Amino acid sequence: MSEILRLDAVSKRFSGLQALRDVTLCINKGEVLGLIGPNGAGKTTLVNTVCGVTPASSGRVTFMGKDITAIKTYQAARLGLSRTFQIVQPFAEFTALDNVAAAALFSQRGESVKSAREEARAHLAFVGLDAQAGQSAATLTLAMRKRLELAKALAMKPKLLFLDEVNAGLNSAEVERATKLIHQLAADGITIVMIEHLMKVVLNVCTRIAVLHDGQLIADGQPRDVIKNPAVVEAYLGQQYAQRSAGRG
Amino acid sequence: MLVAQVLINALVLGCLYACIAIGFSLVWGVLNVINLIHGSFIVLGAYLAWGIYQSLAIPPWYVLVVAAPLFFILGYLLQRLLLNRVISAPVLVTLTLTFGLDLILNNAMIYFFKADYRKLTLSPPIGSISLFDVVVPVDRLIATAAALALTGVLYLVLRRSRVGRAIVAVRLDRDAAVLMGVDVKSIYAIAFGLGAALAGCAGVLMALIFPISPLTSSTFLGKAFVVCVLGGLGSVSGALAGGLLLALVEGVGSVAIGPSHATTLSFVLLIVFLIVRPQGLLGRKGFE
Amino acid sequence: MTRLNLALLLLIGCIAALPLFGGPYALRLGTIACMYAILALSWNVVGGFAGYPSFATAAFFGFGAYTTGVLLNDGLSLTLSIMATLAASFLLAGLLGVVLLRLRGHYFAIASLSLVEVLRELVNNATDLTGGGMGLNIPLASGSGILADATFFFYAMWGLLLATALMVIAVSMSRLGFGLACIRQNETASDMVGLNSTLYKSVAFGLSACFVGAAGGLYAAWVHYIDPSDVFDILYSVKPIVMALMGGLGSPLGVVSGAFLYLGLEEVVWRNYIQIHSGVLGVLIVMLLLFLPRGLISLRWSMLWRKAKHV
Repeated sequence: MSEILRLDAVSKRFSGLQALRDVTLCINKGEVLGLIGPNGAGKTTLVNTVCGVTPASSGRVTFMGKDITAIKTYQAARLGLSRTFQIVQPFAEFTALDNVAAAALFSQRGESVKSAREEARAHLAFVGLDAQAGQSAATLTLAMRKRLELAKALAMKPKLLFLDEVNAGLNSAEVERATKLIHQLAADGITIVMIEHLMKVVLNVCTRIAVLHDGQLIADGQPRDVIKNPAVVEAYLGQQYAQRSAGRG
Repeated sequence: MLVAQVLINALVLGCLYACIAIGFSLVWGVLNVINLIHGSFIVLGAYLAWGIYQSLAIPPWYVLVVAAPLFFILGYLLQRLLLNRVISAPVLVTLTLTFGLDLILNNAMIYFFKADYRKLTLSPPIGSISLFDVVVPVDRLIATAAALALTGVLYLVLRRSRVGRAIVAVRLDRDAAVLMGVDVKSIYAIAFGLGAALAGCAGVLMALIFPISPLTSSTFLGKAFVVCVLGGLGSVSGALAGGLLLALVEGVGSVAIGPSHATTLSFVLLIVFLIVRPQGLLGRKGFE
Repeated sequence: MTRLNLALLLLIGCIAALPLFGGPYALRLGTIACMYAILALSWNVVGGFAGYPSFATAAFFGFGAYTTGVLLNDGLSLTLSIMATLAASFLLAGLLGVVLLRLRGHYFAIASLSLVEVLRELVNNATDLTGGGMGLNIPLASGSGILADATFFFYAMWGLLLATALMVIAVSMSRLGFGLACIRQNETASDMVGLNSTLYKSVAFGLSACFVGAAGGLYAAWVHYIDPSDVFDILYSVKPIVMALMGGLGSPLGVVSGAFLYLGLEEVVWRNYIQIHSGVLGVLIVMLLLFLPRGLISLRWSMLWRKAKHV
């Protein structure tokens, strides 16, 4: 399997707070990596650092062989790095269609506003929002906005997609629907990194799990091994969970 | 010694600048409103001092006692009745609104007082003090002492009184303050009133030193801006730091490149700070 | 092209007929009306489309006035001077934009305001080039006679207005306009979808400055004498904003209507209340902001249709 993203001893410091400490991580093409850990562990910071929002203080980030450590956000987007936000960030006045069209228009070469809008329809259909295409983003429910966010991310034709807590705030029916979509994306060959708190979803979808705690990578490997790792249990999962999952075998 | 003179001048002027800016900084920091009427409040305060001295021969430092409550009420009412309606509007709206209000006040002052420059000359004049080779006019010295006293009073109010703590709370985190039971609308009005009172008092003190005319209001406003950006918003120490830095830069700049360029220099410094360190020397980051 | 934009072009077209109906006074008024409309339309690109509250209009107006003034004094023809001013204003604004547009909200507003002060002082001090505080005399650029002069400048300003309107319409229909709308709504998300917001904002700032500079240049040629406090007047920054707010932020037709309406009010007030005219302007601003924050265009539409007013 070929490597698509590599972090080499990446650290990020925010005047006084060490958000990431010497993180070395390697992601292969086609993987679905679950990124878990307690709140404040640095998961979103890691995504921000890779995507150029908060560039690394030290270390190196390589994407498809290219050094992107000091890259600007919009350049990362054009290279094929796409992400969703934990707190959704739509263009509130735009319609759902224009939201997705914006993503298609600016991340791809050779698009016009017209062609971008046509493409947008297809992406909206994929996430099940075609009926809402003409509605303004501000009038959509949270679940719909999350799907809109996903449609936008997909319109960028990503090679690597970061999903930052897509399931936060969704009920179980909505979570199932979202999970199905993610399965579909993985089947289509997009490499995915998911920040997720719902272990059920993580174990269902992910081929590998990485665990962050206090900015450090404390575990990285197969799901069944990681959830038994004592350090992970201590830092994040808790004894009750460990016992329950051990009971399940 | 030239260096000592320049430094002492800067120190004196810096405190005066801080006094000019502190009310402006408070309103900007707490209400997130850039109060363009501030300069005109200062001029109005100066007219008050001048008028009282002309008719009753009472020197400005006593006028402070009258100016503070008068201007407080003026500011309080202005905020409560007018500004409060647009308090959560984008910066464009609030800036333009205070601009409009300033046009009204400034025009009124020109209409009633005429634009001629007035000067409050104390009689008998109180001269200057000379220590080693440094000369300081006594009126500036008194104004500086009073200015420091004013900023000191504000500092104590913000630190010790209930209202003061509430004001700081609103400045730090408005939503949290609401949750703690702070009546934010009231606090906004009080803070604006305080800002106006400080401006009026600053004006009273300025009457001793600078010529008085409605045409000078934009100069005072400009100084207040620069001091706030240089020093940081919403804090007494920020205003002092900014004031001293500005006075120092102007003083040194005047000697080095000539007084006519000193104003330009201060605005260039403003822009540089906005780009490199928008929170100022002592301010907190993340404040728009 | 949307209906609103067509209406705008129609409105501008109608004004062209003004010289047929009016004498020197009407022409003077018409020229100023066109100038105000140019300032308001231009401001709308950075303030309405991109959402950055710029107070720098006066800076570029003054810059344009002096650039053209100096070039005319050097013997260059009016056409060439204006074109050079257009290019220079665009470049200056573009470069300044890269630096200033990193700031948001209040800080950007203040930085843009300070630009006016800084440029004014620079011009004031560059006495050899600009005449400094004593002002700059500008040679007559056109032919003979007051009426011919007035007509010429009216059409020149009108032509510039048409060019500005075409520019604004083109932007609103293009990728640039789409991008600016994204930036206005959510700049972080714009970066995330691959939009180079720094570039777009700088271009917008440049476009908002170039026609303003050219208008300043025409103004200078028209009045034959300028001095720093005259052309670097903060009011040239604030009035376009008031006009835009009056007419309807973001909408070119609204903004131009606001400009004409504002001028009408200003003339009435000036002629009748000269001593307190700035006070009356202040009252107008206050009333407008308190009672009609979305501008006239919102009033009409909400009564008749329920449509979005953004282009």
